[in-house]
Amino acid sequence: MPQSAEKVLDHAPLFREPEYRQMLAEKKLNFECPHPDQVVTDQREFTKTWEYREKNLAREALVVNPAKACQPLGAVFAAAGFERTMSFVHGSQGCVAYYRSHLSRHFKEPASAVSSSMTEDAAVFGGLKNMVDGLANTYKLYDPKMIAVSTTCMAEVIGDDLHSFIENARDEGSVPRDFDVPFAHTPAFVGSHVDGYDGTVKGILEHFWKGKERTQAGGTINIIPGFDGFCVGNNRELKRLLDVMGVSYTFIQDASDQFDTPSDGEYRMYDGGTKIEDVKKALNAEATLSLQHYNTRKTLEYCEEVGQATASFHYPLGVQATDELLMKVSAISGKEIPETIRLERGRLVDAMADSQSWLHGKKYAIYGDPDFVYAMARFAMETGGEPTHCLATNGTSAWEAELKQLLASSPFGKDAQVWAGKDLWAMRSLLFTEPVDLLIGNSHGKYLERDTGTPLIRLMFPIFDRHHHHRFALMGYQGGLRVLTTILDKIFDKLDRETSETGVTDYSYDLTR
Amino acid sequence: MSLEYENDGALHAKLIEEVLSQYPDKAAKRRKKHLSVAKSGDEAGEDGEVLSECDVKSNIKSIPGVMTIRGCAYAGSKGVVWGPVKDMVHISHGPVGCGQYSWSQRRNYYVGTTGINTFGTMQFTSDFQEKDIVFGGDKKLEQIIDEIEELFPLNNGMSVQSECPIGLIGDDTEAVSRNKAKEHEKTIVPVRCEGFRGVSQSLGHHIANDAIRDWVFEKKDVEFEAGPYDVNVIGDYNIGGDAWASRILLEEMGLRVVGNWSGDATLAEIERAPKAKLNLIHCYRSMNYICRHMEEKYGIDWMEYNFFGPSQTEASLRNIAKHFGPEIEDKAEAVITKYRPLVDAVIAKYRPRLEGRTVMLYVGGLRPRHVVTAYEDLGMVIVGTGYEFGHNDDYQRTGHYVKKGTLIYDDVTGYELEKFIEGIRPDLVGSGIKEKYPVQKMGIPFRQMHSWDYSGPYHGYDGFAIFARDMDLAINNPVWDLYDAPWKKKTEPSTAIAAE
Repeated sequence: MPQSAEKVLDHAPLFREPEYRQMLAEKKLNFECPHPDQVVTDQREFTKTWEYREKNLAREALVVNPAKACQPLGAVFAAAGFERTMSFVHGSQGCVAYYRSHLSRHFKEPASAVSSSMTEDAAVFGGLKNMVDGLANTYKLYDPKMIAVSTTCMAEVIGDDLHSFIENARDEGSVPRDFDVPFAHTPAFVGSHVDGYDGTVKGILEHFWKGKERTQAGGTINIIPGFDGFCVGNNRELKRLLDVMGVSYTFIQDASDQFDTPSDGEYRMYDGGTKIEDVKKALNAEATLSLQHYNTRKTLEYCEEVGQATASFHYPLGVQATDELLMKVSAISGKEIPETIRLERGRLVDAMADSQSWLHGKKYAIYGDPDFVYAMARFAMETGGEPTHCLATNGTSAWEAELKQLLASSPFGKDAQVWAGKDLWAMRSLLFTEPVDLLIGNSHGKYLERDTGTPLIRLMFPIFDRHHHHRFALMGYQGGLRVLTTILDKIFDKLDRETSETGVTDYSYDLTR
Repeated sequence: MSLEYENDGALHAKLIEEVLSQYPDKAAKRRKKHLSVAKSGDEAGEDGEVLSECDVKSNIKSIPGVMTIRGCAYAGSKGVVWGPVKDMVHISHGPVGCGQYSWSQRRNYYVGTTGINTFGTMQFTSDFQEKDIVFGGDKKLEQIIDEIEELFPLNNGMSVQSECPIGLIGDDTEAVSRNKAKEHEKTIVPVRCEGFRGVSQSLGHHIANDAIRDWVFEKKDVEFEAGPYDVNVIGDYNIGGDAWASRILLEEMGLRVVGNWSGDATLAEIERAPKAKLNLIHCYRSMNYICRHMEEKYGIDWMEYNFFGPSQTEASLRNIAKHFGPEIEDKAEAVITKYRPLVDAVIAKYRPRLEGRTVMLYVGGLRPRHVVTAYEDLGMVIVGTGYEFGHNDDYQRTGHYVKKGTLIYDDVTGYELEKFIEGIRPDLVGSGIKEKYPVQKMGIPFRQMHSWDYSGPYHGYDGFAIFARDMDLAINNPVWDLYDAPWKKKTEPSTAIAAE
């Protein structure tokens, strides 16, 4: 009998016990009708070839293991970054269960959102009644300061009009006349979660800014972070830098506290977020900066329309990207970058110099959201690495062109390839045919690590199978230090593993590296 | 070994009143029907002792805007019934999200070479774009099926899991599936599990069951030599290896498990099911439909069983054995005897650490009742339970498990669950990922009872040891005593017990 009370075996060792191994072998043989082992091995080997890669990359319709999610996820994440705001997703209810689960699995935190729970009758007659009843219930039960409405694909296909529905709901008294209900149409069949983020932030700004007069407050800056699984660490780190500089700024959309509430006996359904008063005042800012260009294209357009200066970045991570952000902030605010920050920068550069021999010439495959991939490729090149494969399932042709320009600017980027719109099954072929030293992505990359043996570094949303990484910043010089250390740890751990065989390879098992 | 206790029905009735008072009138009226306190039941019903009566309204629409915990029909079909069939490719047909969020999240363990001959932990999607909505997606689906055939030639079939837009734009996935199945000589199963159908996951289960009936059964000549002790295990999804920890017991008692639905299953295991002698159903809610069909059409008996905790496992082994006569009954007794020392050791170790601790459950369609006795085997007390998507027959069956005074909540809302937990302050809550973190913030231990919190198996005797260990480590971890800063409030005396 394999199990015992004394030493309880978990699933991994339990099913490796002889009784279970025999049971599973017999199940396969007698009941599964499997393909012969040789056929399976042959197919497995075939998938590692260039021939398979060509077929794989030629796919036109099928998507396998994509690295993107749908618009409303971005909407729910975005809404979580505003003071006491409840996400109300109009459409089928199962979607909302999915968004909440997805966010909770990454942040290890509560994620609240409600659905208008539309079913078949609503598909026929429209979801107005669901909106009217739903807003009333949400307002009464969850005591929000604002309800941010977005849509699932069901509501989009049947063409529900959010604006008129919300007005109807007001007329029926679901929420008070002056209660804030911004909205955004977020069809799942257009773009990805980064676009849902964009639409929602734009919807909220429009709701508060439309028709209001703007009185420019010189030197003040709005910062829009974009969809960021590391918002907890990143936003706090950036605020620290801006505070050190003495800049007058407003984070527009800041989920860093919402997704990092303390455990002290009280469940906070809402915590932190951009104050509604601050959103209103943000109209007067001199400039709005986006930390992730491809998350905020429409929002920045709108900011320009109201008369603000705008600038966008690609997930400011590493030395030069942080330099550029700080210099831009300095230029707008008129505040100098203080000596303490220059010292911080120097410390990151110092660390990179100390470790450069281990990083020079390392080949990377990087995937994730467009701005992150751009940032990571840039930082890899700063450390002497070569970003061999840069892939964003939700990358556009504009992203591809911009990234290619970056790669062309450095000798370390000359062999790099950019894969816009491709998925992780394509990445599998790339890794087999043109292998790299390190894979940078999210938890979904673990299947690539298993199949191809490429060590995976998790630096992108979603991270389900490692805990708490998102609590630490990746942006800024401090963030760069963390990314650098994470990469180095992966390299050294692998090296130790490969040189640890006693009496065989352990001459290279160096104490000092 | 049923524990004797009664719950504080008066407190629970008061909590129900309090939560209802916070709703707008219309919603309060509707929610009232879903909440109740278990009354004392008839002493002995037809199917044995009825401990309580916990009738509530169920399987009706959720109220908009209240934060229901339910999912959708797609989740019930792709996520539960079809997804685990390992040698088929399951296409999430529609926009990218549904498949992305459900990707690898149910922990249906299987053995196979993923991407080559098995496809369980992969996400195949048609990634609908606007043009597919406008012009229809049938052409795209045809192309997808061809591309799957080319890139994953060892697939033994496909299923097309429809997402919301498919049914709204009038695509004919049945026609595409029929034509392509003919062309490639493969089983291709269209499943109309659009998320807006029905009121929860439940209709998705039903639709998925019907798809087995209509698109798998009697479609091929199944060559299989049937034996006298052939059984199908139905409704075990092998979460964390549950089905394996169950199968080992059934085989030890001399039965031949010819199919396990659908954890670690191959299509062949489903095709040959009508040749079995008995259907053993674990998750009644999700798969009773196909069992009833097999009973009508092929005359196969079915019976429910429960492999959570030693009391139910023993009773179930005996019940199953009874169906096959003395030889199997003797073997079942031998199995029970063999494992008794393990059971005794597990209870001796963990019961003193868990005795009298109270538990609130809120899970899907089976576990809100099925795990009750497993907790009681460890001396724990169930104070509240409810189903996301149970039906009336589930609540009837619940009466066989829970005690008088138990708080019953159907399709509970986020608000209600939070208030009930605050009011009762149980020692443990067992529910899902969405509930986990709010509960833990309150300082109350929590275990995910859908995914086993990444642990398991919990079925069978081997699983019971893990279940007991997990409940112990959740409740007796020292972190719960660190919540109050010492300069703010006097801390409660420690309740944690160090691991042995």
